[in-house]
Amino acid sequence: MNLLETHNITKRFANHVALNGVSISVPEQSIFGLLGPNGAGKTTLIRIINMITGPDEGNVFLNGEKLKKNHIVNIGYLPEERGLYKKMKVGEQALYLAQLRGLSHAEALKKLKFWFEKFELLGWWNRRVEELSKGMQQKIQFVVTVLHEPKLLIFDEPFSGFDPINASLIKDEILRLRENGATVVFSTHNMASVEELCDDIALINKSNKILEGRVNDIKYSYRSYSYQVEISGTDTLLKEPLNKDFQVFDESLQDGLLKAKIKILNNRTTNDMLSALMPHGTIHALQEIVPTMNDIFIAKVNADINLNYSSSGLTE
Amino acid sequence: MNKISIIIKREYLSRVKKRSFLVMTILGPMLMAAMMIVPYYVTKLDKEQQVIEVLDETGIYYKMGSNETIKFDYVYSDLESAIANFDGNKYSALLYIPKPDMIEPTNAILYYSDKQPGNTVTSYIKDKMKYIYENRKLMELYGIDKKQIDDAKVRININSQNIETGETNLPIATTIMGIFAGFLIYFAIFMYGNQVMRGVIEEKTNRIVEIIVSSVKPFQLLLGKIIGIALVGLTQFMLWIVLTLSLVAVFQLSVGAKDMVSKQNTEIVHHGNVLVPENPTAAPAQDYDDENIRSLVKSIGDYNYTLIIFSFFFFFLFGYLLYAALFAAIGSAVDNEADTQQFMLPITIPLILAFILAQPIIENPQGPVAFWFSIIPLTSPIVMMIRIPFGVPVYELILSMVLLVLGFLACTWLAAKIYRTGILMYGKKVSYRELWKWLKY
Repeated sequence: MNLLETHNITKRFANHVALNGVSISVPEQSIFGLLGPNGAGKTTLIRIINMITGPDEGNVFLNGEKLKKNHIVNIGYLPEERGLYKKMKVGEQALYLAQLRGLSHAEALKKLKFWFEKFELLGWWNRRVEELSKGMQQKIQFVVTVLHEPKLLIFDEPFSGFDPINASLIKDEILRLRENGATVVFSTHNMASVEELCDDIALINKSNKILEGRVNDIKYSYRSYSYQVEISGTDTLLKEPLNKDFQVFDESLQDGLLKAKIKILNNRTTNDMLSALMPHGTIHALQEIVPTMNDIFIAKVNADINLNYSSSGLTE
Repeated sequence: MNKISIIIKREYLSRVKKRSFLVMTILGPMLMAAMMIVPYYVTKLDKEQQVIEVLDETGIYYKMGSNETIKFDYVYSDLESAIANFDGNKYSALLYIPKPDMIEPTNAILYYSDKQPGNTVTSYIKDKMKYIYENRKLMELYGIDKKQIDDAKVRININSQNIETGETNLPIATTIMGIFAGFLIYFAIFMYGNQVMRGVIEEKTNRIVEIIVSSVKPFQLLLGKIIGIALVGLTQFMLWIVLTLSLVAVFQLSVGAKDMVSKQNTEIVHHGNVLVPENPTAAPAQDYDDENIRSLVKSIGDYNYTLIIFSFFFFFLFGYLLYAALFAAIGSAVDNEADTQQFMLPITIPLILAFILAQPIIENPQGPVAFWFSIIPLTSPIVMMIRIPFGVPVYELILSMVLLVLGFLACTWLAAKIYRTGILMYGKKVSYRELWKWLKY
């Protein structure tokens, strides 16, 4: 069951197309990463899901229903460009934002006390926002976003501006929110956090979705069948004897320890590779080189650019 | 609707709780009360009688009459000893009138020690000397008593009166009232309109706006802000009125009712003097002033205050609402206050124009200029308030009010279109052409 689906969302601005028929499906109780270079259209898509702007074409479905204004209580949104009223007191401000999301005063107060205690913010309740550090302000914004316990949480660049300790605090909270039944969509440039957190991702480049799927599946489909091996007791490089089925690259030999990367060709298996390697010495280590999301991101976006170049070249 | 009221509450409370609001609320009435009370003390100070020592060599000016403020003491000696014996504590000046040989004895010198005598003293002396010498010449040359000439003088009074209601207005009081009301509205639109604009810019630069518009529609935020600040304005005006009245009341109690009456008289005498720049003599001017006082006091009671106060609040409220929407649109289009200049001009022009036109409108309150500018919504809040004390046909008033409300709705609708795009646009210098595009989608 998908909690959130967008069907062929298109959004045009005066001078350019921000989104071109983008469809994504976010399964319930999962963490979904929305990736893409700057200016790809991520924030526009997020704004459309939050009903801040409307799409020119296409529809958004929440829990199978077409998105309506009263769905807003089911969504929590932390924008990329976020701030608070500087002159207002922390507690008053959190109450104000919680009430705008539809909580009653009493309810908001009770929940805020709980979260402020958890994030060690209670002592700051009556202080002005301008007295707080940026990290503390971010924590308050995070609290206000999740306070009304929405089914769908949308974080635009949630980790920007956090130190590593607070970033991991937020990561843990995001994981806990999923455990408690929430569905999380977040956009980020931080690929390490994608691998740590995301179940699924979509990659948007130049207004188009160019990749979507489960993180593990995507990584598997981008595997290159390359392995890192370490062999001791040899003083010659591998290149010559393995050339036929196994492509060797990045070889180094130091103090009798040979390190190499080997790519398996012609549908051979790792076992075949091991048998081919055994005569050369003692095998110490063997590990598959899995592409990181970072590699996939760069490769995919560059390929997209190249594709665009060649297609535009054809039309000329 | 509930969310708008949450926004209104925040916009209202966050401003009313500010220290600057408190300061303005207290300072405003003090300044206004000072404007009413200080002239009283000033005129009271003037009442201290000044004594002028007179050395008259001509022997003509021996009967210069004294009044409450100026008294003459005559000295009979030569100039040198008079100067040597001059008592600076008793006399404020020594008036020396030398006896000329060939020309008429119309020159005098005023010697003073520490303080130079003010304009009132010199002009009083001038008036007296002129009266005495003219009188003397008339008598000697033509055998006419100056009193006969004064008796022959007549004064024409024209009071305008409304045919239907029988109201009579004195133009000067009406003018003051109209200009004052118009100015208050002008001032209020700028002050509170600017607050709206600054509020929008604050939300934009704070980056809080996107959090809010994910919970409420931009239009709700816009409306909540404008209404919240309108309530701040109304609160401030109410407090000003209440505080000013109580300050004046306290003052009246402490000074006593009798004094206050004489205070009002002296104030009005000032107006009287403004009306009559050349008083031939002091005595007839006094009669003339009394007449003015009576008609002025009468005319103040004659205004339709219910209509004026109702119209004031109506034109203040809707004039503010119309301009506040425009101010908000400007605030949404820029990133900081310095960038607002280029867009302020179209808003400022109609307001200033309304004020420049105040003069021709007062001269002809029913003319075409007055009519059209009190009908067009951008200038009507100010121009109509200037016109109302002169009397405005009911249908014109209603037409102006209806158009103002329609103008407000249209402006807000247009401003909201710019606003909802502008608040989410960061770090971009916006041009008029850009705004035009925003209006279209």
